[in-house]
Amino acid sequence: MALKIVKGSIDRMFDKNLQDLVRGIRNHKEDEAKYISTCIDEIKQELKQDNIAVKANAVCKLTYLQMLGYDVSWAAFNIVEVMSSSKFTYKRIGYLAASQCFHESTDVIMLTTNQIRKDLSSPNQYDTGVALTGLSCFVTPDLARDLANDIMTLMSHTKPYIRKKAVLIMYKVFLKYPESLRPAFPRLKEKLEDPDPGVQSAAVNVICELARRNPKNYLSLAPLFFKLMTSSTNNWVLIKIIKLFGALTPLEPRLGKKLIEPLTNLIHSTSAMSLLYECVNTVYIDVNTPPLPSLSLSLCLYLSLPPQLCVQKLRILIEDSDQNLKYLGLLAMSKILKTHPKSVQSHKDLILQCLDDKDESIRLRALDLLYGMVSKKNLMEIVKKLMLHVDKAEGTTYRDELLTKIIDICSQSNYQYITNFEWYISILVELTRLEGTRHGHLIASQMLDVAIRVKAIRGFAVAQMATLLDNAHLLTGNMQRMGICEVLYAAAWICGEFSEHLENPMQTLEAMLRPKVATLPGHIQAVYVQNAAKLFATVLKSQEGNTDSTAAQETSQLMIDRLPLFVQSANLEVQERASCILQLVKYIQKLQQKDVEVAEEVSALFAGELNPVAPKAQKKVPVPEGLDLDSWINEPPSESESEDEQPKAIFAKEEPKHSRPRREEVDEKELAKRREARKQEQANNPFYIKASPSSQKVYQEAPGVEHIPVVQIDLSVPLKVPGLPMSDQYVKLEEERRQKERAEKKKKEKKKRKEKRSGRGKKHDSGPESEEDITPAHQVDIVTEEMPEKSSKHKKKKQKKEKEEKEKKKKKKHHHHHHHSDGGGEEAVQNGTVEEEEPLLTSLKNKSSTYQVVVSVIFENKCDSFLKSMEFNVLDSLNSKLQRPEGSGPHDGLTVPFQLPPGVSNEARFVFTVQSIIMPQKLKGTLTFIVKDSSTHEKLDFKLHFTCTSYLITTPCYSDAFAKLLESGDLKCSSVRLEGVNMPFHHLLARICFHHHFSVVERIDSCASMYSRSIQGHHVCLLVKVTVSIDAKCDEPTLLGNVLDEIKQTFSQC
Amino acid sequence: MQFMLLFSRQGKLRLQKWYVPLCDKEKKKITRELVQTVLARKPKMCSFLEWRDLKIVYKRYASLYFCCAIEDQDNELITLEIIHRYVELLDKYFGSVCELDIIFNFEKAYFILDEFLLGGEAQETSKKNVLKAIEQADLLQECKTEKHESFVNPSCI
Repeated sequence: MALKIVKGSIDRMFDKNLQDLVRGIRNHKEDEAKYISTCIDEIKQELKQDNIAVKANAVCKLTYLQMLGYDVSWAAFNIVEVMSSSKFTYKRIGYLAASQCFHESTDVIMLTTNQIRKDLSSPNQYDTGVALTGLSCFVTPDLARDLANDIMTLMSHTKPYIRKKAVLIMYKVFLKYPESLRPAFPRLKEKLEDPDPGVQSAAVNVICELARRNPKNYLSLAPLFFKLMTSSTNNWVLIKIIKLFGALTPLEPRLGKKLIEPLTNLIHSTSAMSLLYECVNTVYIDVNTPPLPSLSLSLCLYLSLPPQLCVQKLRILIEDSDQNLKYLGLLAMSKILKTHPKSVQSHKDLILQCLDDKDESIRLRALDLLYGMVSKKNLMEIVKKLMLHVDKAEGTTYRDELLTKIIDICSQSNYQYITNFEWYISILVELTRLEGTRHGHLIASQMLDVAIRVKAIRGFAVAQMATLLDNAHLLTGNMQRMGICEVLYAAAWICGEFSEHLENPMQTLEAMLRPKVATLPGHIQAVYVQNAAKLFATVLKSQEGNTDSTAAQETSQLMIDRLPLFVQSANLEVQERASCILQLVKYIQKLQQKDVEVAEEVSALFAGELNPVAPKAQKKVPVPEGLDLDSWINEPPSESESEDEQPKAIFAKEEPKHSRPRREEVDEKELAKRREARKQEQANNPFYIKASPSSQKVYQEAPGVEHIPVVQIDLSVPLKVPGLPMSDQYVKLEEERRQKERAEKKKKEKKKRKEKRSGRGKKHDSGPESEEDITPAHQVDIVTEEMPEKSSKHKKKKQKKEKEEKEKKKKKKHHHHHHHSDGGGEEAVQNGTVEEEEPLLTSLKNKSSTYQVVVSVIFENKCDSFLKSMEFNVLDSLNSKLQRPEGSGPHDGLTVPFQLPPGVSNEARFVFTVQSIIMPQKLKGTLTFIVKDSSTHEKLDFKLHFTCTSYLITTPCYSDAFAKLLESGDLKCSSVRLEGVNMPFHHLLARICFHHHFSVVERIDSCASMYSRSIQGHHVCLLVKVTVSIDAKCDEPTLLGNVLDEIKQTFSQC
Repeated sequence: MQFMLLFSRQGKLRLQKWYVPLCDKEKKKITRELVQTVLARKPKMCSFLEWRDLKIVYKRYASLYFCCAIEDQDNELITLEIIHRYVELLDKYFGSVCELDIIFNFEKAYFILDEFLLGGEAQETSKKNVLKAIEQADLLQECKTEKHESFVNPSCI
């Protein structure tokens, strides 16, 4: 009976083989870990038995579990037991388990040496084979040392099956036990001519791998391999041989010459892409870019496979529809680019095409290539193409990659390829409109670099930066670190530091002190505060000249009013700077009240220009006496080579003596190289001035004022920030400029060339001259000559006007709203709290079929108590919904991210998604908050009015495009009369422009045509007549009707 | 070649072969990272990617991904060829192979791989030779298995 039970249990355990285990795991998907732990317990039981079959089965299951990630190292000894079974079935499983589970630190490996040796010499070739296979996975230095001889004997085994394996495993043995190489090498060499092709290919494999590590020992084999290469038809072998020659040729240039013919033959004849790729890639490229650059020149001469041939073949790869070949073609192309840029550059079109590929990895490769392909001629074109891709790109990673590439391409070798820095600044400004980028910092540092180093651009840059600061609300949506708001850091600094270029410093100062700034990251706020002070100094200076001193005092008052917000900052730096400057301004105000002129002294605080250091400045510092810069501080490390077999003691003594002259010899060349490298480095450092003598600038042509765009209009531009120029216009401009230059140059050619030569004689290391005869419009770092004022004044004034109007309107709206909230928020008034909010600006962005509307709300605390825990909530309608963070319910309120001390106002922004925009919307909402001290929740109701106008974006339009639009006949007509309006016509137009986001297309005497576009792309055209009637056309009649109603309402209010 | 991984579309590892000695922890980490990276790639993307200082070559056959790591100088196309050849071998051996064959006969899949590659290098470029070697080894195993069954079975009865 008892026996029966025992037998039964054996039976049951034995039942569960690998297949059962796998099946079991698949059936226990929910409690896999639990099931496996019971299995492991069973396996442990099985391993305790004496029956080797049971053990082998257990080990087999363990191997499977190991793959699933379970630790089986505890069974290592059992694996050895199974390995040493005399039966092939178990031995095979044992070795498999060992090869999967053992690694160098497995201690039982030591126990296997004798067993393996026994198996290696087994009469059964499969026993030997299994042992060799296993050994290849877990060979340790000890095993290699002990078994090297046995394996070497096997290399001459009668069976090719064993010979082949033995040859291959020798490579692993050499790696673990290098001493074995010398005795084994002759036999290995023999195997190159083994009658069995498998053994031969194994030997080629091993020697190729060895040669890649240390080619010079294998040079003597070159003739043998050459013979193999011309006779073999096995592509696997050929690839390895070509790889081997790739390693050998740099050491023996004569080889290259011999290889040209067979290689060219292969390239032309082979149908195997892998072989073709190997030929082009390894031999051509790797050989031509060997580690020693001095060699490469001679190699190009020796191994002169025409690069065109390779590039042609690569073109075939890139044009192939197979993504893999495309990718490899581009990869190889980028290697050729390093040595033969010219032959690659002619394929620019192909590379640009690859940017449209649907495979991101191919696009990235193409981007890499573009970096090396730009020149002065094509930079703008390439960057324009990239900018298009930036707009199209979905997925932030690729877009960020594009962004960094654009900046890399433009800034490479010290802005060598940029001929027009206005263009570059506009590109940078355009890039700030990317949402969710992580490279705000990069853009910011470029802006700083360019503004500091290219003096001529400062006026333009400052104007752009001022606009950025003005439109800061568009950038601050992304508050994460390194986000786009970093750009404001640069903008604030540039506006502050170069404030003398500002057209309207007061406006910028105001922008820098907005309450919204307090939501920016600390380090940016700090820069804001500091540069607000610089601006303050500038403003003061201009205002003090006037007879009326009140303006200056008002400016001081503005500072005193706004700075306390920063003094409260939690950021130490901000707080410290703000309180310091606040006290300073208070003191200044005191002086002002006594009619003391302070402007000079205030600006003295920030006097002095930030000057880059010339690269040669260091040289002018005399070397102190007794300092030898070339002597070693410590003993130099010995450069012993592995072959050096000299005893160490002698070596160490001799080293200083003979290393000296050697170093000096190197010095001449090395020094030049290092100097070059240093120059490069300095060139990229914004705080170094390149030593470009002013003589050069004299010849530089200042582009005439007539090239300056007054208003460039681009219909397709989404979300255009008013007043920011688009980079595209520069491409056209540049073309014109070049044309003009070319014409001018023809005239001056002779003279110019002469001058150029003399100029070049004077300067030593200014950036490379334009080989392509394109004179840059601005030069990095060039100082004296001021460029003509370029920014379009027209545009600026308009902008200013707009701004002023906005200001006015703001106040007005305040009043208007006051009424409104008086009615709605009586409860609040009871408590002495009046709150007010209003949608200030709605900015819109397109997101597939639903559209996002960002509403800025200014919260102003008019009571005497501190308000906290504010929650903003809106009752969603079917059409418009407040965007709430993920996970919150549809009726949850949004926490306002700040608290309000008495008398302070701050702005928060909320995103709404809107489906249809043709009807105006009113959303009801509530604001709840806690008044400090009373700790009760207060409530304030409000209404959010989404007018149809708020969905319109000011979009400029050419008159001819406008005419076409009207002719197209797609638009529905409607008209309206405005009653009782008596204001000058241009005021009327300005009002429509401002309140309803239109732009004037054309104005002829008594009527004007106007245009605007909705976020969903509806065109809205108006014809306004002095008789105050408006004829309008739009492709969406409902929208048009509502817009006209709103316009009517605007004018009925005044 | 540094290692070869086979994994399913669900990210389950089906086979792993390491030709460089690494500790289990490192292997697991690499596997996890690579499986994620490869599965995240879109079907139309090319088969190569750069990963750490290695090149990864992968190819999808039905629900299985075959993924190899090679060194910088190695040839990507020949690695694809190796993968394909291995799939062909499996196919010949199992007769139109599917994922389940590899799951349930995972040791066989290893034996075939070991006859084809050794220490990360292709040891036999002829398919016929590889299959012959496997068949003979299996034959050897089957005679033994029969013997062993005759030895075990009586004790069970």
